[in-house]
Amino acid sequence: MKILVCVKRVLDPQVKARVKADESGVDLANVKMTMNPFCENALEEALRLREAGVVEEIIVASVGGGKTEETLRHGLAMGADRAIQVVTEEMLEPLAIAKVLKQIAEQEGVGMVIAGKQAIDDDSNQTAQMLSALLGWSQATYCSQIKIDGDMATVTREVDAGLETIQVKMPAVMSADLRLNEPRYVKLPDVMKAKRKPMDKIELASLGLDTANRLTTLKVEEPEGRAAGVIVSSVSELVDKLRNEAKVI
Amino acid sequence: MTNLVIVEHDNNEVGAATLHAVTAAQQIGGDIDLLVAGENCASVAEAAAKIAGVSSVKVADDAKFAHHMAENLASLIVEVATGYSHVLASATTFGKNVMPRAAALLDKAQISEIVEVKSPDTFVRPIYAGNALATVQSADTIKMITVRTIKFEPAASEGGSASIEAISGGVDAGLSSWVSQALSNNDQVDLTSAKIVVSGGRGMQSGDNFAMLHSVAAKLGAAVGASRAAVDSGFVPNELQVGQTGKVIAPDLYIAVGISGAIQHLAGMKESKVIVAINNDSEAPIFQVADYGLVADLFEAVPELDAAL
Ligand SMILES: Cc1cc2nc3c(=O)[nH]c(=O)nc-3n(C[C@@H](O)[C@H](O)[C@H](O)COP(=O)(O)OP(=O)(O)OC[C@H]3O[C@@H](n4cnc5c(N)ncnc54)[C@H](O)[C@@H]3O)c2cc1C
Ligand SMILES: Cc1cc2nc3c(=O)[nH]c(=O)nc-3n(C[C@H](O)[C@H](O)[C@H](O)COP(=O)(O)OP(=O)(O)OC[C@H]3O[C@@H](n4cnc5c(N)ncnc54)[C@H](O)[C@@H]3O)c2cc1C
Repeated sequence: MKILVCVKRVLDPQVKARVKADESGVDLANVKMTMNPFCENALEEALRLREAGVVEEIIVASVGGGKTEETLRHGLAMGADRAIQVVTEEMLEPLAIAKVLKQIAEQEGVGMVIAGKQAIDDDSNQTAQMLSALLGWSQATYCSQIKIDGDMATVTREVDAGLETIQVKMPAVMSADLRLNEPRYVKLPDVMKAKRKPMDKIELASLGLDTANRLTTLKVEEPEGRAAGVIVSSVSELVDKLRNEAKVI
Repeated sequence: MTNLVIVEHDNNEVGAATLHAVTAAQQIGGDIDLLVAGENCASVAEAAAKIAGVSSVKVADDAKFAHHMAENLASLIVEVATGYSHVLASATTFGKNVMPRAAALLDKAQISEIVEVKSPDTFVRPIYAGNALATVQSADTIKMITVRTIKFEPAASEGGSASIEAISGGVDAGLSSWVSQALSNNDQVDLTSAKIVVSGGRGMQSGDNFAMLHSVAAKLGAAVGASRAAVDSGFVPNELQVGQTGKVIAPDLYIAVGISGAIQHLAGMKESKVIVAINNDSEAPIFQVADYGLVADLFEAVPELDAAL
């Protein structure tokens, strides 16, 4: 089986997002960017499925412009076999991203797609579900365990109430939660090897899809900050403040 | 305007999160209908009909909706949604799972986790773990929305007298089936609606040490929460995780014990009314958002706190 892993380039999770002075968005000039952490989990799972003999070929795909290639190279260094960049400088919404990824999944004839459960920049948590809908495939989101057995998969999902186990028919679109696995570190020889792995570039326009955005961002603001309060010197002072000043206990 | 709110439930009771989504619909304006899809869920429909401000409750009672599998439920939402200008669900794992699927089938965008209604087509939503707030305007004819519960008060669960209408529809896609659900500590206070939350982080060192927090929590009528590090280390189960990728909560009092205050953790609790931090590192970022900070060894401070309550 071929597997498609969808990866996104995002602001490094350790970096605090700063809103631009003109309120048009978040300032991404000269900041550290990385592969979305959840996408690393998705790719790691694909690598393990290949090691287990369930998957033969791993394709990483990303929709984006600029240095998206860097993120895909990281995916190749982690161990993906080849990469596809759908090139656009536009910021597409999840619905449009899902339409693009659907086309890639069909062209490549993959038997499974795995994405991150959410991208840590836009926090939309939509793309995998939308892609699953458009393909008409089964859907398994927020996976913390995946077992594939022929044309069925048993998946454990992290839900608000705890853990839910479901069975889905293959082909399926799944989305990875952080506890699915521990992504491997990339070693220098892997980075060198990744430079020689195939990287296809497809212009978004050549796909002929309606990817027009439905939402207009009117402004992006910084939320109201919280000021630091006081340092208390003892537990008894703390309890006194909570009782008599804040009146919350 | 006509709003459809998808009711979250367990075939017995209406989930509390739904009441917050109803309030968001009230702020959008116009009629509000509810959709209850489940199996043997008549009691849910009756309770839903009592929610203040609701015009009608549509009930699809069918085995194929018993466990709210996304493929089946989305097919029903798509059929029902066509008569509405807005379709809303709470931004819980229930709503987040099914709504994008329905949105894609309708060829509509989804506006995730709104925190404010500016007008019927303009909403505010947090991005970058809440470090930025985006105001977005939707051009879609049906607006598909998930609602961040902490930013909308719950609608009154009594006082309404909506009509109840049985409907059929949706397909049994036969793509997925429910196997089991592991629920832990179900006798404790619910984390998302608790007035007080006591959370532990990596500093707790073990799951056994969480007993100290449970003891304090019991005295305060509080729920226990955790950082991701505490969950990843296996101290506590995943449903206790607070943060960008866990639960987003806003209790009156949040007590962070042995938690450093990473951006991703703050995303889940910084809207709390009063924040207390207990940490032995005076430089820990959690002190920058804490109303009351105590620089102390938690293994001394927590038992002392327990004794003082
Ligand atoms: C500078 C900037 C400005 C932006 N402005 C806007 C704006 O005005 N309006 C707006 O709606 N959005 C805007 N976006 C974000 C938009 O382009 C998002 O990438 C898109 O909406 C997807 O949302 P998400 O990443 O939160 O999806 P999620 O559904 O949270 O992503 C889940 C998973 O889907 C997959 N995925 C997501 N995106 C891609 C991708 N590009 N390629 C491959 N796989 C992917 C990944 O596996 C990811 O883990 C902006 C982004 C940037 C960087
Ligand atoms: C994509 C992504 C998503 C994430 N999502 C989340 C999320 O949803 N929720 C979340 O919480 N995290 C999340 N994280 C992880 C987050 O970045 C931090 O790693 C995590 O919150 C740290 O947990 P912690 O504060 O318990 O541990 P640490 O950062 O290790 O802090 C432990 C603290 O305990 C203190 N301490 C130790 N011993 C004692 C003692 N004896 N007495 C008093 N204090 C003591 C230390 O001084 C320290 O400040 C996410 C990370 C990523 C990359």
